Amino acid sequence: MPVPDQLEFFVDPGRCIGCQACVQACTECDTHKGQSMIQLDYVDRAHSTQTVPVVCMHCDAPTCAEVCPADAIKRTEDGVVQSARKPRCIACNNCVLACPFGIPKMHTEMHLMMKCDMCYDRTSVGLKPMCASVCPSQALAFGTREEMARLRPNARPVNTFQFGNQTIRTKVNLMVPADGAPDWVDVTAALFEPTIGHEVLEDVFDGDGFIDLLNDDPAEA
Amino acid sequence: MIQHGLQTPRDLDRQTVPPDGRPLAEQPKWRRDFPIDWAQDEYVSRRDLVKFICLTSVAFVAGQFWIAARSLLGRPGAAFPTVAVATVDELPVGGAKTFSYPDEESAPRLLVRTGERSFVAYDQQCTHLLCPIVPARRPDVSVAAAEGGLQLHCPCHNGWFDIETGQPIAGPPRRPLARVTLEVRGRTVYATGIEEAAT
Repeated sequence: MPVPDQLEFFVDPGRCIGCQACVQACTECDTHKGQSMIQLDYVDRAHSTQTVPVVCMHCDAPTCAEVCPADAIKRTEDGVVQSARKPRCIACNNCVLACPFGIPKMHTEMHLMMKCDMCYDRTSVGLKPMCASVCPSQALAFGTREEMARLRPNARPVNTFQFGNQTIRTKVNLMVPADGAPDWVDVTAALFEPTIGHEVLEDVFDGDGFIDLLNDDPAEA
Repeated sequence: MIQHGLQTPRDLDRQTVPPDGRPLAEQPKWRRDFPIDWAQDEYVSRRDLVKFICLTSVAFVAGQFWIAARSLLGRPGAAFPTVAVATVDELPVGGAKTFSYPDEESAPRLLVRTGERSFVAYDQQCTHLLCPIVPARRPDVSVAAAEGGLQLHCPCHNGWFDIETGQPIAGPPRRPLARVTLEVRGRTVYATGIEEAAT
């Protein structure tokens, strides 16, 4: 049974309080029992307590599946990119290296790549994924677009990302400020910025930053 | 309206967008052969199935012909050299010796002196799991004492072969040992050929 069309996943890093509830809840998911597939990243640990929960964004053109030499990573009809199929996965790590969001996790002892599959056993029957069901600040939210628009009037969902020259469209949405933010998120922008004396959000949502860097001499930037 | 490129009604077989965004028909063949969509991956077209069945059948038929041709052509062609392998006085009656035949790199053979001027030689490898065989007396059976009850024994799994014919008589082996034909000229024993015994 596919995940219902109207139900969507929304990630709002600005609401994340770093409580690790999602990380713990993720281990309870029956599709990967005992293994947490969520990474709770610190944005700039020396200067901020801000954390970002990273779940699979479920790309329309999944890079992990594109690079898989064993044809093991498949996307179901509802657009959910599933964990590698056990009989095929050769544990080569290509997907781990290729994913723009750093999602796939290689379990060498199991010879298997596992990744966030949006708790397919739950979402495919209309339930929330484990992480979204426990998140106290709803930084990870699962619901309809109308619901989100009503609950968060100052934010809007974006599902286009720029990763170098690669444009990525995803099934999962990222919540960005409703006004001012561009229609896409530069995933790698923060890599090229100094980590001191700036606002993190400026990097991530400043759409021109990365393109400027590409056009200009990197030495000047 | 959902933004991520899905139009309604949804195309269940075609969800994933290739990176260049062009339609499936314009994609290279490998991309059509290895689809990312689960439904397409599981789908086997009638043409693919027929192709698979036909090619597999042809491969089996070709294999059968190859086996037949090899067994027809390969058997009589090989002329074996005559090689001196032992002298009569070298072995006592009941004694045994290994040698390689037809050449030094060949599998080891076992020469057994069964009587005053009678010798037999077989492949030394048991036809069960290739353990080396040795001449021995069967402890549990009273065999006519013409050759002192001597048989060929594989100690690995307690297999026994008849020393006169090479046929398996007890234990796991099911196929007879290949026999090396011998000729005694004067005081020297020569190996003259190999007989693949009929099962």
